[in-house]
Amino acid sequence: MAVNDISQLQSHFALFADYFLDGAYDEMFDPQGMPREPYQTLYQRLFELSAATLRQRQQAADMTFLNQGVTFTVYSDDQGTERIFPYDLLPRIITNDEWSTIEQGLKQRITAINLFLNDIYHEGKIFKDGVVPRDLIYTCKHFRREMVGLNVPKGVYVAIVGTDLIRTETGEFVVLEDNLRVPSGVSYMLANRQVIKNVFPVLFTSYNVRPIDHYGQVLLHTLRSFVPAHRTDPTIVLLTPGVYNSAYFEHTYLARQMGIELVEGRDLVVHNNIVYMRTTAGLRQVDVIYRRIDDDFIDPLAFRPDSILGAPGLMNAYRAGNVALANAIGTGVADDKAVYAYIPQIIRYYLGEDTIISNVETYLLHEPKQLGYVLEHLEQLVVKAVGESGGYGMLIGPHSTATQREDFRRAIKANPRNYIAQPTLQLSRAPCFIDGHVSPRHVDLRPYILYGDDIQIVPGGLTRVALRRGSLVVNSSQGGGSKDTWVLY
Amino acid sequence: MTVTAITAPRAVVAIGTLSRVADSMYWMSRYLERAEHTARVLDVNMDQMLDETPKSGDLRWNRVLASLRIHDYPDASDDVFRLIRWLTVDQTNDAAIVSHIASARENARQIREQISSEMWQEINQLYLQVRRTSKSRQWRTQPHKFFLMVKHGSHLFQGITDSTMIHSEGWQFIQVGRSLERMIAITGLLEAYFQVTHELDYLAWIGLLRSCTAFEAYCKVYTADIRPDCIVEFLLLNNRFPHSVRFSAEQTQNALLAIASSSGGRSKGQAERLAGRLRASLDYAQVDEILQDMPTFLRSIHRQCSEIHTAIYQTYIDYTIDAALHR
Repeated sequence: MAVNDISQLQSHFALFADYFLDGAYDEMFDPQGMPREPYQTLYQRLFELSAATLRQRQQAADMTFLNQGVTFTVYSDDQGTERIFPYDLLPRIITNDEWSTIEQGLKQRITAINLFLNDIYHEGKIFKDGVVPRDLIYTCKHFRREMVGLNVPKGVYVAIVGTDLIRTETGEFVVLEDNLRVPSGVSYMLANRQVIKNVFPVLFTSYNVRPIDHYGQVLLHTLRSFVPAHRTDPTIVLLTPGVYNSAYFEHTYLARQMGIELVEGRDLVVHNNIVYMRTTAGLRQVDVIYRRIDDDFIDPLAFRPDSILGAPGLMNAYRAGNVALANAIGTGVADDKAVYAYIPQIIRYYLGEDTIISNVETYLLHEPKQLGYVLEHLEQLVVKAVGESGGYGMLIGPHSTATQREDFRRAIKANPRNYIAQPTLQLSRAPCFIDGHVSPRHVDLRPYILYGDDIQIVPGGLTRVALRRGSLVVNSSQGGGSKDTWVLY
Repeated sequence: MTVTAITAPRAVVAIGTLSRVADSMYWMSRYLERAEHTARVLDVNMDQMLDETPKSGDLRWNRVLASLRIHDYPDASDDVFRLIRWLTVDQTNDAAIVSHIASARENARQIREQISSEMWQEINQLYLQVRRTSKSRQWRTQPHKFFLMVKHGSHLFQGITDSTMIHSEGWQFIQVGRSLERMIAITGLLEAYFQVTHELDYLAWIGLLRSCTAFEAYCKVYTADIRPDCIVEFLLLNNRFPHSVRFSAEQTQNALLAIASSSGGRSKGQAERLAGRLRASLDYAQVDEILQDMPTFLRSIHRQCSEIHTAIYQTYIDYTIDAALHR
């Protein structure tokens, strides 16, 4: 590249004035400060663009999101205001090699997890063989007795997964957590791609980016695979908690992408163990439900009696085999953070293979030796409640106050089974355009895995960004944003 | 309609719309029509207000309230701008334009995956624009611009709806909502204008016509000779003009017939029968007969509109499970 204009060079350095490298893995620069190979084109392109141009494109992108209503609802705001999910302009790039490891690793993981769920809700061989302690499973918040002995279509419990990956200091991808209940965010993956194609068409075409637009089709195909063979004219629906749910946009988006009906609990009627939806033409039988409602709320007769979001009697219809649910009930047991620690053993037990993508080292606090160590080293560790998600119920040791640590110490001692601890990880950083500068921010990666007749992973995922400087929390509920993820050919 | 046989299992011809969705289509459309109508009425009257004495002004704004069927204006002062503000941007007022648009958009939001992206984008944009403007002072300095934006947005939405949405049952519910709302609005205007005992002037009659976008169309039929009986005939009985009651009754009937045939024979014919009767009564009515007892005639139309609404609910939206299963 020839830089023949000195002012261009100056503005470029101004653009990067905020950039820094330290122990964390930087997605764009190697430790010497040279752009890594897949990022070179992007880096050069940033030479040609001024901060003003970038700002303009950022505004264009934000307007697109707002006008299309790509928003999430902020619960605390009494106006019921919708906000756009903060979007960062610069793409995150993943090479084909990196991706194929991720792909294989995730397929392996999901296969094993499904075998595991089938086992624990049936014979429980893994308990008898002493690989996973029985009491660990039975004390899981998300273990559902109602599922014991129930056969799910095709033996697939978890059909839709979003697994959170992070990158360690060496650049290796590791699994931070599996989301096996109702993972969200895939619509942002799709919308981010649409937007970046509009704002950076030239850059986009200069990379060979693998497409992700077929996600809706693959999802529909996955759901259709659960239709009982005798139903020739099946009805597949997406069950949403309704318009006030923070992910409502995503529910509508996916329903439209698939051309299926978006229903709320009040649209469903269960009669003689058959699920119907109420239409202008009368009641129509429902065969497969892609449910975006948690177990607890899905059927007031089986679970929380105060839920008005679900359909009374749904669980009986499910048990009778008259309707398929994706995901099945009770899958949360496998993303319990203490069970997570056993996933490598689970993979070895069912598949006889070594884990392709490692776990983060995890201390199980119901084991006295590990508990002792953790209580000694709270300042260096991250402590998480096992049944929580979304960045709640977490202590980040190095960023915590003495009082917070004391609170956690007490809580852990009271119920050690309810917590796990992990070393504080340096998530990798990717370049982001923030306040007129390109600055590094911590990111993770959530690819989406679909399991019907076979396992399919659309090449991409949601890269979540901790937009606050120094923050390690990428959750949208806690000030996180996202950026488009490019998996290259 | 002919359906070509397709061997692939994915060609699912589903019958019926979700009742909740049909309900939202219907109300989305009604609220937007109501917003447009309110905007037009206010626009016309604010414009005419500039040409008149303060005294006739009182009459004018009472008439506006009556025509919109609003009987609970809370402000006793005769500050016209406060009234207009209340009807336009006051979010606490359910009858304000901003509230109608928010309701229309809220209904659209609940059925986002059922309407086209273009429709959603337009109604969402309109909502954001109206909210932005209503918080600024711009609407007060240039109310005309505000009303224009609302009317324009509504027209655009209708055009987008017609050209981007599949014309199946959901679309028909949109048509029913709009035409029912329109009949109610026009009869409301006629009631208000014909209630007064004294002679109305030329300006007032033109105001009535313009409130229904009917002035130019009227002139094409009757020339610029403005006569009350001709106005009644035009707004009630013309069969070619979209803002006439007869035209809207026909639209209502057609849409209900289409819904009845697409909903798999659920209908027992009640809603279509009521719409058909209303239409027939307008088809065969004569203006001199109507003028003999105009208030009764207008009230009867309004009542019939309510009956059609109730019948739609009983048949398609709010039916009991027993009725659906043991049919």
